[in-house]
Amino acid sequence: MMSATIKVRKGLDIKIVGEAAKNTVTISPRTYACKPIDFIGLFPKVIVQEGDRIKAGAPVYADKKQEQIIFTAPVSGTVHEIRRGPKRVLLEIVIEADSQIEYIDFGKAEPNSLSRDQIVDKLLKSGVWPVIRQRPFSVIAKPGDIPKAIFISAFDTNPLAPDFNYIIEGQEKAFQTGIDALLKLTTGKVHLNVQDHPATSRIFLETRGVQLNRFTGPHPAGNISTQVSRLDPIGKGDLIWYLRPQEVLMIGRLFLSGTYDATRIFALTGSMVNKPAYYKSLAGASLQDMLNNNVTGGAARYISGNVLTGTQVTSDGFAGFYDSQVTVIPEGDYHEFLGWALPGLTKFSFYNMFLSRMLPKKGYALDTNIHGGERAFVMTGKYEQVFPFDIYPMQLLKAILAEDIDLMENLGIYEIDAEDFALIEFIDTSKIEIQSIVRKGLEMIRIETT
Amino acid sequence: MKGLRRYLDKIKPQFEKGGRYEKLQSTFDAFETFLFVPDKVTFSGSHIRDAVDLKRTMSMVVLAMMPPLLFGMWNVGYQHYLANGVATDLWQNFWFGFLQVIPIVVVSYVTGLAIEFFFAQKRGHEVNEGFLVTGMLIPLVMPPDVPLWMVAVSTAFAVIFGKEVFGGTGMNILNPALTARAFLFFAYPKDISGDKVWIVDKPDAYSGATPLGDAMVGAVDKIPSPLDMFLGFIPGSIGETSTLAIMIGAFILLVTGVASWRIMFSVVIGGLVMGWIFNLVAINDYMRIPAWHHLVMGGFAFGAVYMATDPVTGAQTLKGQYIYGFLIGLFAIMVRVFNPAYPEGMMLAILFMNVFSPLIDHYVVQANISRRRKRWQKVPVK
Repeated sequence: MMSATIKVRKGLDIKIVGEAAKNTVTISPRTYACKPIDFIGLFPKVIVQEGDRIKAGAPVYADKKQEQIIFTAPVSGTVHEIRRGPKRVLLEIVIEADSQIEYIDFGKAEPNSLSRDQIVDKLLKSGVWPVIRQRPFSVIAKPGDIPKAIFISAFDTNPLAPDFNYIIEGQEKAFQTGIDALLKLTTGKVHLNVQDHPATSRIFLETRGVQLNRFTGPHPAGNISTQVSRLDPIGKGDLIWYLRPQEVLMIGRLFLSGTYDATRIFALTGSMVNKPAYYKSLAGASLQDMLNNNVTGGAARYISGNVLTGTQVTSDGFAGFYDSQVTVIPEGDYHEFLGWALPGLTKFSFYNMFLSRMLPKKGYALDTNIHGGERAFVMTGKYEQVFPFDIYPMQLLKAILAEDIDLMENLGIYEIDAEDFALIEFIDTSKIEIQSIVRKGLEMIRIETT
Repeated sequence: MKGLRRYLDKIKPQFEKGGRYEKLQSTFDAFETFLFVPDKVTFSGSHIRDAVDLKRTMSMVVLAMMPPLLFGMWNVGYQHYLANGVATDLWQNFWFGFLQVIPIVVVSYVTGLAIEFFFAQKRGHEVNEGFLVTGMLIPLVMPPDVPLWMVAVSTAFAVIFGKEVFGGTGMNILNPALTARAFLFFAYPKDISGDKVWIVDKPDAYSGATPLGDAMVGAVDKIPSPLDMFLGFIPGSIGETSTLAIMIGAFILLVTGVASWRIMFSVVIGGLVMGWIFNLVAINDYMRIPAWHHLVMGGFAFGAVYMATDPVTGAQTLKGQYIYGFLIGLFAIMVRVFNPAYPEGMMLAILFMNVFSPLIDHYVVQANISRRRKRWQKVPVK
């Protein structure tokens, strides 16, 4: 099925340097981590102990509230360390990999010949299930729910985002098998959303059983909320599930090979990376191997994910479960003399207040400096220019700050996620921590309603 | 600059909690961040941030006020020498006006900032940049001959009762600069209106009326030519006379995107519509003047460009901004023509609509809410 191209008009593509070159280096790091903190609202229950020998696909921890949801090891090896943070929060379970990975066999199967329950059961037992998330709230999908539709965004419009058309090359079989399994999980449609662009992979265009939707426009055109808002908006009580292409591949490989195969290609990006390129490893891989001798000198910010929504990690940290990108940019811990008054030839800004707007560069090596102090909401009419929803963003933020749940619902909080406010946070003249406000509002409602 | 930085780093601990001058922490922070953009880095959410901040934004507005300020200085001198029958050149005019206007600017900033610093320290937060704009707006809407103590008193009133009692910048209902002007207008009506104040050291025999003053008493034939009013060679408040200078400022505000074009545009439309309605009724001379003349008379242009567009006190929804602006234009001309006691309708129209802008926004947001609720009802909730 095909539909007309959907144009997203509002938004912003941030010009930042450090895009990954289209060549893939295969790496086999020695350590991997299962990180409960990658999942919103999860209370983990550890299953393994330090020193245990486990196979790839063996359970490492489970969701305390729904114990059938388990999280399994991407490699075979030894449980090296269970790291906890302040208040004994479980941060990560580090596994030291064997040189030869041994997989638990969950059995090959053809999704089309299985029932919905059999598919759900297989996904749960293998630990692949957590790749499926739901909206609202962006938490792991509940196996008992039936979503009104499933959305797959096959393109990422975030800064320096990985190109899924490149990543997907040669994996049509796994992708189609994953889609076949997903088709059994919903009574509605499976939406596969691609960019209306000549470079879009044939693999996406020729996927069977899905509704193919084409999008154009700046970021956040690739965000799930943007696509859902155009295709099948969420109301109160509605539920949709969503995935990214590499997560569909994990489902496909489970049915094709019968193993928990967490193979993942990461785009290593950012202005501080010597050779930005793609790295093939596994979900939860240690970042050390790709970063070793590959980062220029100076204080650096290491991010699992992109610069707008990613998670800060250390240079010896691990990739997040859902991340297909690693970014390294300079820290901005410097004072700038009269910086607010300078012409600003080398500064990137959404606003026409800097000379760089007249003499734009192709890309900027943006750093982590906030460029100002936090203030009350002052400017108006700007948020709307990067927010392609029929929602009043400032009014919604104020409703969250006032903890008024009815008003949040009425203003459309179910239709968005924190990541949809990342551009607003970026352009905000008052330097308010907007994504964390949105997350706080979503969590308030989620905890209230469950 | 490294030396200055080292010096600031050296004295900084004394201004922090437990330090010798901890009571001046906000003041130190204001000066430090004025000199140096802080070295603070992101810790949650987006790892990168736009180069813009409120200082940059507000300095754009101050920059946009430079054309009316500079022209105003010249005009103060020009009107003074004209009234006294002295032939002068451009620089003499400017110098006279400069000496007359600068003390007003200084008094406005010193009074306002002192109060701002005090409240920032009391509340334990940073000094907001908003007053950089207010402090310049106040002199621009003052008559050139205003006594300095009145500037101080009205600025203090505006900052305390117009802004700080509501919780400071971002929370205020009324435009602070207009609050200062309104306070002056109602507290000292004799000193602020009439023919006396618009020209510095005016000889008694010389008519010093502003175009609005002439129109008010029915002397419509005395109104200067539209070109003179557009260029600003007329008596009036310091920054308000030259529509041309104001348009240069408007250009800066619109190109930088700091002010809402929706508000400016709809104020003008609202003014024209009311002017045309009066043209149709046309029962007196004032109603008969062409609608577009109203745009270059009095404070209409100044209010539309610098006052109505204040993001904090104006409508905040995009649809609401059209309604808000339109009604300001409409009421400004209505008050101006109907009510001879208040020749300057713009000030009252904006203050009036400041009060109503939350209501306009409320209805715009309610429309969005009911649209959403209707959609929910169409799809049965599972």
